[in-house]
Amino acid sequence: MKARAFSYARPTTVVEALQTFAASGDDASYIAGGQSLVPALALRLQAPQVLIDIAHIPELRGIALQDGWLRIGALTRHCETLSDPLIARHAPLFHDAAPYVAHPAIRNKGTLGGSIALADPASEFPAMALAMGVELEIANLSGSRRVPADEYFIDLFQTAIEPGELLTAIHVPVVQPSHRWAFDELARRRGDYAIVGSGILADMRDELVAQIRLVLFGVGNTPVRAKRAEDALRGRQLDQSAIVAAQAALSDDLAPPDDEHTPAAMRIHLARVLLGRLLGRIAEVA
Amino acid sequence: MSNSININVTVNGEAVSRNVAPRETLADFLRGSLELTGTHMGCEMGVCGACLVLLDGRVVHSCLMFAAQASGSEVETIEGLTERAAIADIQEAFHQRNALQCGFCTPGMLMTAHALLSQPGVPTRDEIRDALSGNYCRCTGYESIVDAIETVARNRAAPAGSKNVVAEVGA
Ligand SMILES: Cc1cc2nc3c(=O)[nH]c(=O)nc-3n(C[C@H](O)[C@H](O)[C@H](O)COP(=O)(O)OP(=O)(O)OC[C@H]3O[C@@H](n4cnc5c(N)ncnc54)[C@H](O)[C@@H]3O)c2cc1C
Ligand code: FES
Ligand code: FES
Repeated sequence: MKARAFSYARPTTVVEALQTFAASGDDASYIAGGQSLVPALALRLQAPQVLIDIAHIPELRGIALQDGWLRIGALTRHCETLSDPLIARHAPLFHDAAPYVAHPAIRNKGTLGGSIALADPASEFPAMALAMGVELEIANLSGSRRVPADEYFIDLFQTAIEPGELLTAIHVPVVQPSHRWAFDELARRRGDYAIVGSGILADMRDELVAQIRLVLFGVGNTPVRAKRAEDALRGRQLDQSAIVAAQAALSDDLAPPDDEHTPAAMRIHLARVLLGRLLGRIAEVA
Repeated sequence: MSNSININVTVNGEAVSRNVAPRETLADFLRGSLELTGTHMGCEMGVCGACLVLLDGRVVHSCLMFAAQASGSEVETIEGLTERAAIADIQEAFHQRNALQCGFCTPGMLMTAHALLSQPGVPTRDEIRDALSGNYCRCTGYESIVDAIETVARNRAAPAGSKNVVAEVGA
């Protein structure tokens, strides 16, 4: 349970970090909070020659409003996601999900960027990034680009981030007065990864669902947008029949794997239960 | 590859400068190089909470970081908290309520209790349990630990002279 030997670098700018990675011949890992990487190194699931500590790069910090978007620096820690008033107001699904992410001590160190870069399919923040339709700011030595969340999650632990690139910030389109949202998850114990979780962002106009982003996690290789269920709701009132139609559509949207504790049919059942609860909550406040 | 690097850390108020292997965890460094063995190690993967320390005032797992990452920071261990009597009342309450048996989990429990009780307000039993969700105890069944922490929370909030004794609180 000890990591293989490596050398340690502590760059202070994004460019310096990218150059250090390139100079390592791609045999390097970035470390942010280390709350997922350190166990992976201890188990020797990864064994890089160079560990590049990005936690001291000021460009990766900060939370600021810019033209209708909230820019959240990649190094924003889970505990800040929970306490920051700008996130609570403008990116509420990150705020609402934060208490469910791990335990207090892990939230003191783990970062939003690390969680979204890792893209664990059972993780809360990557799924909420998809639900809010964020854009991911990714840097390499030739510059920086913004990737919409809908194009960012590719496969298990695989994202639009290419080897050596850095996720620098998460840009959230700020919620509007017509928006309603809800988050919840079903887990065995508090702080455990969810069996099934969900986040919903709905744009309600004249009591009708004008637009909706309905995301489930823990149900496949990536967080999943339940597009059939969204279709079943768009243009409708959030009444019981619409909710039942959305729940029914979930079996077209989801193809969860069987695992030793949770058969696929049970996961779909739990996803339906959760969806019903969340849509019910949104209907109440709409 | 450099085999060792120099780090500068403040540990329990004292400036420490040492050479470490980059792969040495903060937990191994505290226990091995500094002989601060109050920080315990169980799972070495962030699950059991025996290894909690304060890093720049926030509770973190010392098994989930390398000593090199702590360079430039302030670390406080259970020894430091004990010495400056910051948790004397929590320790006393644990003792009175039998909130430890083998004691393996106790340094981590005290760290979590310290962090929780440093926040404003009196936590409910549910909030105490929630805060303890990352701390495993294989002996006590947790009830007595929750009792002890609840007692201290109330005592700290109570005006002087009206303190509860531990035995009156609980299940
Ligand atoms: C016991 C335990 C329970 C947990 N429970 C949960 C849970 O319930 N839900 C949950 O979501 N998470 C959970 N976690 C994981 C935790 O949230 C991690 O903090 C998070 O997944 C990763 O963030 P980090 O900053 O620690 O990343 P690190 O561990 O430092 O890095 C993770 C990966 O992302 C890469 N990376 C990090 N930052 C960047 C960046 N800016 N650009 C490019 N690549 C980057 C690293 O190279 C590495 O591959 C748990 C962890 C533990 C130990
Ligand atoms: S040893 Fe660090 S959490 Fe178990
Ligand atoms: S007292 Fe033995 S593990 Fe808690």
